[in-house]
Order: sequence, then C-alpha cells, then structure tokens
Amino acid sequence: MTPELKGFVLVAVVKTAAVFTFLMLLVAYSTLLERWIASWMQDRIGPNRAGPKGLFQPIADGLKNLLKEEVIPDGANKVFFVIAPAISLMAALIIPLTIPWAAPIPLEFDMTLPVLGRFVHHGATPATVTVLPIGFLWVLAISSVGVYGIALGGWASNNKYSLLGGLRATAQMVSYEVAMGLSVIPVLLLVGNVSFVEIVSVQQQGPFSWLALPLALSAFIFLVSGFAETNRVPFDMPEAESELVAGYHTEYSAMKFSAFMIGEFTGMVTISMMFVTLFLGGWDIPFTHWDEAGGMLQVVATAGVFFVKMLFFLFLFMWIRWTLPRFRYDQLMALGWKIFIPMGLAYILYIAVALWLVDGPLGAASTALRFGLLFLFNIPVLVLVFRVLDRGRLIRGVSVHLPASASRPARAV
Amino acid sequence: MTSVWPLLTLCRASAQPLSGWCVLNLTPYIPILFMLAIVVITAVAMLGLSHGLGLLIGTRHKTPVKQSPYESGMPVLGDARERFSVKFYLVAMLFILFDIETVFMMPWAVAFQQMVADRLFLLVEMLVFVFILAIGYLYVWKRGALQWD
Repeated sequence: MTPELKGFVLVAVVKTAAVFTFLMLLVAYSTLLERWIASWMQDRIGPNRAGPKGLFQPIADGLKNLLKEEVIPDGANKVFFVIAPAISLMAALIIPLTIPWAAPIPLEFDMTLPVLGRFVHHGATPATVTVLPIGFLWVLAISSVGVYGIALGGWASNNKYSLLGGLRATAQMVSYEVAMGLSVIPVLLLVGNVSFVEIVSVQQQGPFSWLALPLALSAFIFLVSGFAETNRVPFDMPEAESELVAGYHTEYSAMKFSAFMIGEFTGMVTISMMFVTLFLGGWDIPFTHWDEAGGMLQVVATAGVFFVKMLFFLFLFMWIRWTLPRFRYDQLMALGWKIFIPMGLAYILYIAVALWLVDGPLGAASTALRFGLLFLFNIPVLVLVFRVLDRGRLIRGVSVHLPASASRPARAV
Repeated sequence: MTSVWPLLTLCRASAQPLSGWCVLNLTPYIPILFMLAIVVITAVAMLGLSHGLGLLIGTRHKTPVKQSPYESGMPVLGDARERFSVKFYLVAMLFILFDIETVFMMPWAVAFQQMVADRLFLLVEMLVFVFILAIGYLYVWKRGALQWD
C-alpha cells in the first residue's frame, strides 16, 4: 500500500466513525425531540425526569430496553425473528454514507507512525464518508433492503397482526419506491449526473437555483413518498394501532424493538438529508459564494446550514404526525399507484420537453435563466395539479365543506 | 489512487482511446466496508448484549400465556400464517415491472442532459416507450389490479 492509499483509508476510518457516532446520537435525540414536540403540541408536560429537562431520556430508554425480558412467541421462526430487526437497523444505517453534509474539508498531512508507516493526504477530502460513482442510486438501492427486515419480522412473529402489518408495510414501501424513483428522474434530467457532489454544485450556481423551484412537483412527490417510505403519519398504516395493535413489531420486545425504532428514525433522517440535498441545495448557503471558497470556517458554516435544513424536515415529520389523520389503506394505495405514478411519468416527459425548449429554441444561456424559465414552465403544472385536479380533496386532506349557514359564527345569546 | 490497489481496480493502463479510464474503480467502496463492519458489530452487540444482560440480571418467567402470540387477550385461534389477499402478490409483481421502468429511465435521463445535439431523438424515443408503458398501465388499471376494496 502506498502512503496515499493509507492516508485515504485513515481519513475514511475517521470519517466513518464520526458519521456513525453522529447518526446514532441524532437518532437517539430525535426520539426525545419527537416526545418533546408531541407534548408541546398536546399542551402537556413531556419527559422531564431523567436529567435536566429530560435530556438523559434516550440513555435511560436504551438502558431499560437492554435489561427488558425478551419474549419470543411460540411458533415464531426464531432465526428470522432475531435477524429481522438487525437487517432493518443495518440497512438504515449504511444509507446516509454518501450524502455530503458540508463543503470539502481541507486536509494536508504527511506523517509517519511507528508500526504502520507513512500516511499522506493532499488537498481536500469531501465531507461525506465516500463519493460513490453511482451517487444516489446507492440510497435508492439500499433503502429497498430495509423492506426485508419488516417483511421478515412480520412473517416470523407467528402473529396475525404482525403478518398483516408486515404485508401492508411491504406493499406500501414497494409502491412508493416507484413513485420516489420517478420523482428523482427530473433531477437527473436537469443535472445529468447521479453524483450528490454534482447535484449540490449545480444548485450553487445562482441565488434561485435550488431544484425545489424548477422541479417543484418532483419535490412534492419525493417528500410525500418519503413520508410513506418511512411509515410515518399520515401513512402509518403498518402500525395503525387502532387496527393492528403495533403492526409488524407487535411481538418484539427489549433491544429488538429498539433496533426497529432506530431503523425507522434513521430512515426519517435519511429522507430529510436526501430532500435537502436533492432539492434544497444541500450544504449551500443561499445568496453567497463565500461558502464555496473552501477553508475550515466554510466547512463549519456549511455543516451548520445543512444541519439546520435537515432539522427542519425532522421537525416537519413530527409536526405532521400531530396534524393529519391517517389515510385509509385503499386511499393510500390509490394515491401511490393511480396518482403519483402517472403524475411522475407525465412530469418527466414535461420536464424533458421543457428542457429541450429552454436549451434549444429558446436558447437560454445562463443557469439562472434556464432555471427561471423552467420554474415558469412549472407554474401551469402546479396550478393544474393543486387547483384543478385536486380541488381540495386529497392534498388538503379531510376538509369538511360546511354549508354556508353552518359556518356563520354563532350569535351570542 | 486508481492504480495503487490492483485487487480493487480494473483500470485500463493506457493505449487505446480510453486511456486512464477505469472500468471499475472500487476504491470508493472501501469506506462502505468499514461502515458495514461497524454496523454489523453494532447490531450483534446490541442484540447480544440485550440477550446476555437479560439472562444475567433480568427476570425470565416463561408462562404459556406469555409465550402465546398476542391476540388482544383472547385465546389464540389457529395459525398466523394463513392465506392472505392476492392483492399483495399483484402489488409485488407490478412493483417489479414499474421499478424496472424507473431504472431504465435513469440512464436515459443522464444521457438526455449530456447529449444536447440528440435531444429530439431521445425525447421521441422516450415518448414511444412511455406510450407503450401507458397502454400496459391502463390495462392493469381497467382490470382492477390497482383497486383495493
């Protein structure tokens, strides 16, 4: 091994350990965040016993789950019953590896360690564990592996609720994966590369070049599919407690239950990171080119900006949980198959035609002009989808249209 | 970086028009191996520790009632691996079909951005493809495969 390769491996080990630690801490504290937000929205006192303001609650929960009695029901397939939560956990944790979370980190060293020899690193290292040539296809591919954990766990429990929950979860995740795959194709059309680094650098080119504007409908489909992929409200059909007790993890106790929970929360973190990277500029700080110059200060600032953007989406997940009621299962599948898939397909063709027009006959020279024109192309689509096709039925949820007389304020007697 | 580890790279040395072009550079996947190792160790440690500590400190009382599958407190009726709706199989099959379409569209999308001169041709190609796909999709819809009742 050359000193350069050894340097690369050393940096990789450090970055992997850092990302793993950060992810585990974030996931642990997002469970606390969820309970805080729940208590805040329901106007009650949340967890406040373990440590100041309940700050040690995740640690207490972890310890408690380590010491709990494990119950494996009679007739359960023991091997799959134990493997399923492990698959769920492992698949969830290796996904966020490829997402860049800050500007490239400047790193120069040339050192010799006693036994291991010389380590060399020149230039900047990207602020992600690894830059894969397949880019975000890695995320799409590995996120399908998580389905195995849930399907196996539901089937292996020998419990009717678990089986139904596992089946529902599988069908739902699989359906929305198609919608999610279709919603990222316009990003490829615009960027022409699957690499996250490229996607972020395209979005740095101007003040309004975040892809959420020129690809507004894609962003919408991606976000909703993301909620369905992670089995969150309003798509928490697999865990609908009023119908299925707890769905696929009904029979799970102790750390195996925790493993499923960590998998689910990591999924939320991943979807938030993906949305931020694909549609909201990643670590880009808007209206300034200062962040692209490189240097340690920029790395810290861009990492902070990325974290804030991601936290907003984590908050959105929890906000929506206490805002929207659950879908019915047929509505959920109809939304995926009958609305998002044709909508995604049509939008791909629409964006392709728009791109051909913008780059060809209209001849837009600058990136800002291209993205601006594409955004103009999006306005009729958005109006069509949200005003004409939807007519307040689906997107606005279960709004009840009261007759005019009922909506009048009651007169004081 | 590419030629230092012959085990992990399949690079063409030189000559040919594709000089220095790597057929398969596996170096970026080294960190993934590290993460895989960490994650496997974590999973084994978590489940193993929970099992071990449960044996050492925790209480374990196996009773027939506790070991039976949970059915809201009622006596268990039959086996859980019963027959279930054929709809789930249909969804699985349709997923494979449509996911392959998605995967097929990805290289097309990348090529569309890069081959600016041939855009009209690529566009017509994809229109034909989506038209055929739409016929199949409409057939599936009309046969009621997407209908959950």
